[in-house]
Amino acid sequence: MATKSLFNRTPKPYVHPYFGGMVLGIILFLALLLTGNGLGSSGATSRIVTAATDLVAPEHVDTTPYLLKLAGGDKNPFDDWIVPVFFGALIGGFSSGMIFGRVKVETTKGPSISNRTRWLVSFLGGVIFLYGARMARGCTSGQALTGGTTLAAGSWVVMFAIFGGAYALAYFVRKLWN
Amino acid sequence: MQFPLTAFNNVSAANPWTYIIFGLIGFGFGFTLEMSGFGNSRKLAAQFYFTEMTVLKVMFTAIVTAMVLLFGAVSLGILNFNLVWVNETYLASGILGGLIMGVGFIVGGFCPTTSLASASTGKIDGMLFMLGGFVGAFLFGETEKYFDYWYTHAGYFGRVTLDEVFGIPVGAVVMLVVLMALFMFWGAEQLERIVGKKDMSHEPKLRLVGAGLLAAAAIGIVLIGTPSTEAKYDRLSFNRTVEGQQVVFTADEMLSTRQAYIHPGELLATMADDRLIASIIDVRPEADYNLFHIVNSVNIPAADIKSVVPSLLADQTPNKVYVVVSNDETAATQAWKILVAEAVPNVYILEGGVNHWITVFGQDEDGIAPLTSNVDEFLRFAFPSALGNRYQCANPSPLMEWEIEFDPMIQLQLKRDKSGGGCG
Repeated sequence: MATKSLFNRTPKPYVHPYFGGMVLGIILFLALLLTGNGLGSSGATSRIVTAATDLVAPEHVDTTPYLLKLAGGDKNPFDDWIVPVFFGALIGGFSSGMIFGRVKVETTKGPSISNRTRWLVSFLGGVIFLYGARMARGCTSGQALTGGTTLAAGSWVVMFAIFGGAYALAYFVRKLWN
Repeated sequence: MQFPLTAFNNVSAANPWTYIIFGLIGFGFGFTLEMSGFGNSRKLAAQFYFTEMTVLKVMFTAIVTAMVLLFGAVSLGILNFNLVWVNETYLASGILGGLIMGVGFIVGGFCPTTSLASASTGKIDGMLFMLGGFVGAFLFGETEKYFDYWYTHAGYFGRVTLDEVFGIPVGAVVMLVVLMALFMFWGAEQLERIVGKKDMSHEPKLRLVGAGLLAAAAIGIVLIGTPSTEAKYDRLSFNRTVEGQQVVFTADEMLSTRQAYIHPGELLATMADDRLIASIIDVRPEADYNLFHIVNSVNIPAADIKSVVPSLLADQTPNKVYVVVSNDETAATQAWKILVAEAVPNVYILEGGVNHWITVFGQDEDGIAPLTSNVDEFLRFAFPSALGNRYQCANPSPLMEWEIEFDPMIQLQLKRDKSGGGCG
């Protein structure tokens, strides 16, 4: 399984889900209390891609309605709270992995598929998920988690749609995971 | 102190420390996701085969914990809920986007933030999901123009929360969500025992204490209720620049020092100013409005003013100035109190109301005859017919030299950065 372990330590077990959820809830509350904004990440993906597009083809950004809002003219697409949250999450994930001995170059997958298949579907899944996340104006973090907490009506609808979509398809792709 | 803090209104490279605070929030976010096991796609996907319900447990524990704390802080008056970003409701794009996300979730095994926790701990599938995410976000940006109208308008309901949808107090919704979550946790544990064949007898007893605390907090929120408009009004503070100095005023001081009132000349100048958008809210009875009103003003009778607050809060235009207008000042001042208490930014009152406006701009206009009356909020002019805004003085030319002197009062307060909210 593990091809390489950076620190050759036995991974410690994950925390109890209720404990993890409680800590996550407190962080989400602090974010809302201090800044009025919750958590999110898919918006940052959009902004990073737009920043790259703006470097290569600024005229294209200035003629595409959706990109115009993010980086039209001299507007800096990184001037948004979600960008530091995105990079903070990367560093936070890495730190937790380091502390609990889980930083390893490996592939997490179901037992009946090859690494290559897993790589292909995770890439595809990423494309599909982020396309949907931008359409719904937020992902599991920005809509389900944050909007769920603030009791935003539309966010509860998005949350049920995400789980509905996943459960509806789960049976047909069971080979990927079981 | 009033939360959320205004210091976080604008995140930009110009204020590097805002990056640090949001970076720390993100750090905690990524850290908890990783330590809960969300860096592992199998653990996430297991949710959809009922063998392990970690996703549901973590997510709903986080939602109910944050929700109880949030609405607890709102009940105690620490936090002004109207200043908290609430995702606007777009039913059509929300449902379709949500279903597409569901497909991405079960195929790819991650959601965007969990893929960050995975990629950062060296998981190749997490990195590829992240990479695919950039492609997906790029594709959306490129294709959005083909369905822009649908995307921005289909099923749009603005800022609407569940308590408004069901017409019940917010405390009751909090209570119901807590009960629903506790029921789902119970169900999830049954599923893990039966489908996942897990031994659940060693689960910590502490979780029952947690459940009890959540329920108790929800009952507390139901009992305290949400603060009244008056209570929120008393807590307001306005940061103003007076002779180059930053001074903080209470709402009542804003009225007594006349800083909330703008002269008709300033309103006319604002209407003509390309950098500002003047939104005039006319709170008089409809009959008066039909007789005469200032051009581009909207009639919202005083009794209905509260009902438009959500749409004003959802408006993200940063350079909009609201001006409340009545015949004199009493009704407009009442409406101003409600609007500022509900956290609508940049609200002013037309000094002396419509009567003053006509005195300044319509003195010589044919057909408009002054009436004498000492009754407050009485329209002290007679009009030949109900022409509304088609009188000349309803739309005075800003180019005419009116030779009006006034002390400018409008100081634009920057709004909270809502450029995308949620997952902006």
